[in-house]
Amino acid sequence: MSALVPVPAAGKPERQGRRLTAYLLLLPGGLWLLLFFVVPIVSLLAASLYDPDGSIEAGFSMTWSWHNYVDALADYARPFGRSLWYALLTTAFCLLLGYPLAYAIAFKAGRWKNVMLALVIAPFFTSFLIRTLSWKMLLSDNGFVVDALKAVHILGSDGRLLATTAAVVTGLTYNFLPFMVLPLYASLEKIDHRLIEAGGDLFAGPFTTFRTVTLPLSMPGVVAGTLLTFIPAAGDYINAQLLGTPKQRMIGNDIQRLFAAGAYPTAAALSVTLMAAIVVLVLFYVRRSGTEELV
Amino acid sequence: MTRVGRWIGRHLILFAGLLVLLYLFAPIFVVMLMSFNEPKSKLSYTFDGFTWENWQHPCRPSGLCEAVSVSLRIGLVATVIATALGTLMAFAMVRRRFRGRSATNLFIFLPMASPEIVLGSSLLALFVSSGFGGRLGFWTILIAHVMFCLSFVVVTVKARLTGMDSRLEQAAMDLYANEWQTFWRITFPLVFPGILAAALLSFSLSFDDFIITNLNAGTTVTFPMFVWGSAQRDIPPQINVIGTAMFLLALVLVLGGELARRRRNARVR
Repeated sequence: MSALVPVPAAGKPERQGRRLTAYLLLLPGGLWLLLFFVVPIVSLLAASLYDPDGSIEAGFSMTWSWHNYVDALADYARPFGRSLWYALLTTAFCLLLGYPLAYAIAFKAGRWKNVMLALVIAPFFTSFLIRTLSWKMLLSDNGFVVDALKAVHILGSDGRLLATTAAVVTGLTYNFLPFMVLPLYASLEKIDHRLIEAGGDLFAGPFTTFRTVTLPLSMPGVVAGTLLTFIPAAGDYINAQLLGTPKQRMIGNDIQRLFAAGAYPTAAALSVTLMAAIVVLVLFYVRRSGTEELV
Repeated sequence: MTRVGRWIGRHLILFAGLLVLLYLFAPIFVVMLMSFNEPKSKLSYTFDGFTWENWQHPCRPSGLCEAVSVSLRIGLVATVIATALGTLMAFAMVRRRFRGRSATNLFIFLPMASPEIVLGSSLLALFVSSGFGGRLGFWTILIAHVMFCLSFVVVTVKARLTGMDSRLEQAAMDLYANEWQTFWRITFPLVFPGILAAALLSFSLSFDDFIITNLNAGTTVTFPMFVWGSAQRDIPPQINVIGTAMFLLALVLVLGGELARRRRNARVR
C-alpha cells in the first residue's frame, strides 16, 4: 500500500453513471446467457410442440402438438419416477457424508483447511467418466468390495453390487458429493465461533449446541448443497448406463437416446417435463426451508 | 463432558471427514493402479500385470491424444472467456446497486439449477433450428462450455468480493488514490485468489464435461467423449495414464499455490 501515489481524489461519480456501469459490466455475460441459455430453452419449448412425425432430414413443422407431452409421460413415467427417487436418495447420502466432511474442514482442519478443501475438488481433474469406470471395477463381482461384504454376510453368496440400484446410487453419490461439500463448507465457515462457544457456556452439550446453533446457521449451505446435488443427479445418465442395467434406466438415458435417434419432439417434451418437475420441487423446497437467498 | 470425551469427540468428526475423503479418493487409487496395468484381454477390468508401457506410450490408442488436445484447447479458451465475463458480472452484482438485481441473481443461478441434459438438449434444439445442425463441433462446444462455466465463475468471484473488507478501498480513496488506482492496487489483488479459483473451477468443469458436450459435438471428439466411446468397446489403460497425469498436475498446482501462500504469510509475519 506504501506504493500508492497520492493524487487528487476524483470527484464522486454520479449515481446515474454508477448504475450505467453496472449494466455495462453485466452486458457481455448477460448477452451470452441470454443467447445460449434463455433462447435455447425457448427453442426447446418450441421443439417439444413440433410435429412428432418429422425427421432431421425433412425438418420439423410446428403443429402445437400438445399431445407430445401426454405420449411422452405415458411412455416414460417409470424412468421419470426412478430418476427423481434416485436423485432423492443421492441427495440424502451426500448430505449424510458431506456434512461431517464439511464440518471437519471448517472447524477441525486447522492449517490444513485449504489443503483438505483442495482435495475435495481434486478428483474433478480425473475425468468423472474414468472415475465412474473405476467404480465399475471396484464394485465388480470378483472385486474386493463384494468379497468383503460377502465375508461379513451383508451380501449373500450369490449377491452382487454391479448392475444394481445400490451401484447406481453409489456412483451418483460419489459424483455429486463435492457439490454438497463446497456450499456446506462455505456456510459453516461463516459461523461465528463465539456462538458455538456460547452454547457450551450455557451448559448445552455438543449435540444440543449442534442442533440448536450450528445446524440452523448452516441451513443456507444445506439448501444450496441439496439443490446442487439433486438437480444434476436427476438428469444424469452416465451412472445408470455404466453401473446399472436397463432396469435402472433413468430419464436422462431416454432423453439422450431419443435426441441421438433424432426424435426431437418427444425428447424435448421429456426435457421440458424434467425441468418443470425440478423447478416445482425446488420452489416448494426453498419455500419450506425458508431460505430466499440461494447462493 | 470430560476432557478425554471432548478430545475423542473432536477427533471423531475429523476422522469421519477423512473417511469421506477416502471415499472420494478410492476410485482415483484404482485409476492410478490401472495406469500401470498390462491387460490380458481387451475388455479387462482386472489388474493383470505391471508395466511401464502405458506411461511410455500414452498416445498409442489412435485418437486419444487428439481428443485430449481438443479438450485442452476448449478448456483454456472457455476458461478465459467465462472468467472474464463472469468476473465483470460479479463486480456488478456486489459493488453496484441497480434495478433488477435480484432478478439478475436468479437469472445467473438458473443455468446451475438446470440439469445438464436439459442445457445440452436445448442448445442442440437451438443449433438445429437455426441451421447449424450440420456444423456442430469445436465452436458449438466452446459456446456451450462458456455458458455453463459462467454462473460458477460469478458465484465464486462474488463470494470472494462479498467477504472483502470495503474499508480497505475507502482507506485508499482517503489517501487520494483515484478509482482506477484503487481498483488495480487494492481491489484486484484482493479479489485475484477468487478469480484464480473461478478459472480453475471453469477449466475442470469444461475439461470434464460429457453430457452437454456429447449432444453438441457433432463429429468432434473430446477426451471424455473418447473415454465414453472406448467404454463401449475396449478400455485402453492409457486413459488411466491421462486421468492420473491430470490429477497429479492439479494436485501439484494447488499444493504449490498453498505452499507459496504459506511462505508469503510467514514473511509478512
